Amino acid sequence: MKWIENVGAGAIRIAEEVGGILLLTWQVLRSFVPPRVDRQELFKNLHKMGNRSVPIVVLTAFFAGGLMTLQTGPFVKKFGAHALAGWGAGYAVLREIGPILIALMFSGRVGANNTAELATMTVTEQLDGLRALAIDPVRFLVVPRVISMMVMLVALTVIGDLVALTGASIVGRAMLDIEWATMFHSFADNLKPYDFLHGVYKSLAFGGAIAVTSCYFGVTVRGGAVGVGKAVNAAVVAAAVSIMLLDFFLTYTTG
Amino acid sequence: MQAAIRLRDVHKHYGRRDVLAGVSLDVPRGGRLGLIGPAASGKSVICKLVCGLEQPDRGEIETLGESVVGKREVQLGALRRRIGMLFQNYALFDFLSVEENVAFPLVQRGGMTPEAIAERVATRLRAVGLAGSEHKLTGELSGGMRKRVGIARATVADAELVIYDEPTAGLDPVTTQKIYDLLAADQQRTGATVLAVSSDVVALAKFVDEIAFLYHGHILYRGPAATIGDAPDPLVRQFVRGELEGPLRMEEQRA
Repeated sequence: MKWIENVGAGAIRIAEEVGGILLLTWQVLRSFVPPRVDRQELFKNLHKMGNRSVPIVVLTAFFAGGLMTLQTGPFVKKFGAHALAGWGAGYAVLREIGPILIALMFSGRVGANNTAELATMTVTEQLDGLRALAIDPVRFLVVPRVISMMVMLVALTVIGDLVALTGASIVGRAMLDIEWATMFHSFADNLKPYDFLHGVYKSLAFGGAIAVTSCYFGVTVRGGAVGVGKAVNAAVVAAAVSIMLLDFFLTYTTG
Repeated sequence: MQAAIRLRDVHKHYGRRDVLAGVSLDVPRGGRLGLIGPAASGKSVICKLVCGLEQPDRGEIETLGESVVGKREVQLGALRRRIGMLFQNYALFDFLSVEENVAFPLVQRGGMTPEAIAERVATRLRAVGLAGSEHKLTGELSGGMRKRVGIARATVADAELVIYDEPTAGLDPVTTQKIYDLLAADQQRTGATVLAVSSDVVALAKFVDEIAFLYHGHILYRGPAATIGDAPDPLVRQFVRGELEGPLRMEEQRA
């Protein structure tokens, strides 16, 4: 019967954490009424989370795009369907691979860092210090981070999309001898604006999920350094699961 | 005279441990009360309860004439702006410089020009011997320096009630005396009520008017600070004198 206890305890823990994340989401939403955000914190986080993530996103997106061409290219050549070379890579990159890969990279780099930072502030009583000065930590620390992550993940996804399509074209030309013009026309003729927007609004949702989970595990940490490590681990896992679940439901409901 | 701090039958437990088991305590306006007791006896918990950072399981708490029990964070904002607090672990904001940390309460409260804030901060930092360290980050400071930044931040806004949780822990005897002299001068200038928790009973006794001894969740003794060493209760005497033999068991004295 021990396993039943373990399953029950696990279910309760997950329910508590999901409930906590939803509660924090509600607190964040409530903080927008009236809309009052610490601008200094907001701009600092936009810079820290966005600018510094560009190199890793560019690298990931370039190879993701190239990889798509490598996978589809041989079939395109085999069947002589050159007009579809760009479509295969572009469709997958814009709608799925781009937003998911960039979100996972963003979660690993920015989300984990955010959890560690907030968790350290929590265990060193800095959040209590803010409360003692009549400052709401959610409004002061969490809200700017949530806005920054959502805005910057969308921006990074747009950059990543462009880089991935460039990567797909370069790899197609260099390794599969597909003409630049062929790739360009394949993109232009077969990809619709909605393919691009589909990835953009997914990234907005992923940004929100990464932000809220990373902040939640940061502000609810218990214990010292060990607790911070566990919080970072839990945040990265929760963000990855959230990204996959959101991706499934968004794809299912919006096509 | 109306009490600045009034606790009635306050209970608080963590897990299965009753930290406070019916504490009643009054601190008159303008008074200076020292709170001593064995490690983990709930002294810091009382400090946090007084400014509403924690809520009691039951009992009444009035701070500066306002009940803090059952109040939401937003309802406590106005009260907390009247309180200055030094945390045991400093709770300095590591994303701000020394100068910004000390200025933080004034900036957040508003109503002062940047020049006036800068002047007030410079005066406070000179008073705690930290002139020249304005632009350092708190991570670059020693423990003693961080403590002094915390004192400067707690006192910069001339609060009506100042709570010091271990104001001189980790400081050398000369600095300890300087700090207590500074706190006493400040208190005389502003007329603030002071609640000070310290393990350094000898230095504390020179600063406060009265000392209360917290033991097993109750205030076991309260009397004039000057004669605390001759308290009628043998347990208090043993604790103050640091004697190994007596009714206070070793495990209750562990630091």
